[in-house]
Amino acid sequence: MEALLALMIGLLTAAGVYLLLRARTFPVVLGLSLLSYAVNLFLFAMGRLQIGRPPIVTATAAGYTDPLPQALVLTAIVIGFAMTAFVIMLALKARAELGNDHVDGLHEPEVRDTDS
Amino acid sequence: MSHLVIAPLLLPLLAGILLLLLRGMDLRWRRGLALAAVLGQLALALLLTRAVADGDILVYALGNWPAPFGICLVADRLAAWLLVTTALLALFALAYGSLGTDRAGRHFHVLFQLELFGLNGAFLTGDLFNLFVFFEVLLIASYGLLLHGGGRLRTRAALHYVVINLAGSALFLIAAGLFYGLLGTLNLADLAVQVAAVSPDRLPLVRAAGLLLFGVFALKAALVPLSLWLPGAYANTSAPVAALFAIMTKVGAYAILRLSTLVFGGALIIDWLLPLALLTLAVGMIGATGSDRLRAQVAYLVLASVGTLLTAFGLGSAAGIAAGLYYLPHSTFAAAALFLLADQIAGQRGDLADRLEPGPVLGRHWVLGVLFFLCAIAMAGLPPLSGFIGKFLILRAALDRPSAPWVLGVVLVGGLLALMALARSGSRLFYKTIDSAPAADTPTPPGAALGLVAGLLALGVAMTLWAGPLNDYTDAIARQLLHPAGYVQAVLGPRGGARP
Repeated sequence: MEALLALMIGLLTAAGVYLLLRARTFPVVLGLSLLSYAVNLFLFAMGRLQIGRPPIVTATAAGYTDPLPQALVLTAIVIGFAMTAFVIMLALKARAELGNDHVDGLHEPEVRDTDS
Repeated sequence: MSHLVIAPLLLPLLAGILLLLLRGMDLRWRRGLALAAVLGQLALALLLTRAVADGDILVYALGNWPAPFGICLVADRLAAWLLVTTALLALFALAYGSLGTDRAGRHFHVLFQLELFGLNGAFLTGDLFNLFVFFEVLLIASYGLLLHGGGRLRTRAALHYVVINLAGSALFLIAAGLFYGLLGTLNLADLAVQVAAVSPDRLPLVRAAGLLLFGVFALKAALVPLSLWLPGAYANTSAPVAALFAIMTKVGAYAILRLSTLVFGGALIIDWLLPLALLTLAVGMIGATGSDRLRAQVAYLVLASVGTLLTAFGLGSAAGIAAGLYYLPHSTFAAAALFLLADQIAGQRGDLADRLEPGPVLGRHWVLGVLFFLCAIAMAGLPPLSGFIGKFLILRAALDRPSAPWVLGVVLVGGLLALMALARSGSRLFYKTIDSAPAADTPTPPGAALGLVAGLLALGVAMTLWAGPLNDYTDAIARQLLHPAGYVQAVLGPRGGARP
């Protein structure tokens, strides 16, 4: 299970970084989302992977899972959610004000139909 | 347990919420409320400074959960010093914003208070994850402030700023997660204990996490090569926001200083810090020389001041840290004064705005010129203002280090470049004018705005007059920082963090 989770986090991070480096705002927003998913999974895994254990020490259960990373992930999810909403609104505003969805607000390269 | 420690957090938070609820109220009342809140923060910061002046470290355990299990706030001399700097700067920036900038959007005052909430929290927190949360608070508020007023250039700059800071936040979380996974704690004092006792096979991972964290703070502090976002963001936002942002890069510098002295005992980051800081200084000064707009020039000068500050911290000695901490408020106030002044100059030049091209004669050009001259002296670090003393202290601290030739060379040549750049701007703005008299319809700059610029400069004069006591205080901060055992004991109790 550890290997699968590590692979998933790696894949999400790679995809997130790739999309983050794109030149249009929509892939950038998607990249940020994927990156935050990867980070959330990573934080979650830092409490070690346990299945079917309560997040509290009890006499009856065989062990416990660390509740703190879950609290951290919850905070990170809330912040990430708000930031995604904000960056989408900002991307739309940039699209409206700059006239295109390039992250630098550049104009579309002019189509050279004279050469062809 | 004194509740004074949490008061600088509660005041801006409650003021921000109140201002949001009262958004239908007359603007004058909201301005008064916001100014009263900032004045209250200044008073609280001064009270806190007095409470920690003799070396006490005040710890506030939220919900009375003992550290390292609960979250704690820690007020020491460094935190109090930065709280006072922030409150003073915020007072002038808010007063300038209340002259009319706050009409451009509905929530200027709310966002301003929340920004202060985040800044104060970042300085006071004693917990790594809480530091992340307060960074997010101040960043979210800063996104809103950066966009305040709108405009194409502003939107584009904000998009870059937001995306790069979100990427930085992701890295911060990875670093914090690594620390928790390896050491089982996020409390800074407890981290210091655990890092010192870490087993050799885990050391590389701890170092990796530490360097990742350093990368995040370097991004916030705009250390080269992570500084490319700064000129665009600072040059294109509104003047009071740019003035307030003069402290934002210092938050990154603060976090680097805190983490490197407390958690890593000065061993991990210091080799990287000095060369990068000198490079930042050089890049900032070269950028200032080549700028074609006044506000972009000031933004590059902010970058250079970050370089100077981190050069001082990078020396790693008590004298270097003390010199840097003296330079920090000075450079913040000087940069804020220049941003406000640049706004007044730009406001009179019509379509030319702050482009450094020959334009019409400015109204009240005598006052503007004298203020510009004084700001330039402060920023370039010439006597008699506090910039000179700050740079002198940094150079003196560097003299007995092996890196002295590099530090002296870069800082002194950088100062010369700053002087040349500002002299060029000043002569273009004030001497190379087209007409001999101001045009009849040119608005004269309001006296209140110029008074605020003069007030920020007066803070620099005060820092010069009381340089002795202030330098004694920064010396005391540096001594406290270099003996982190006191901090650890104050947070974890006399047993010093021995785990059961």
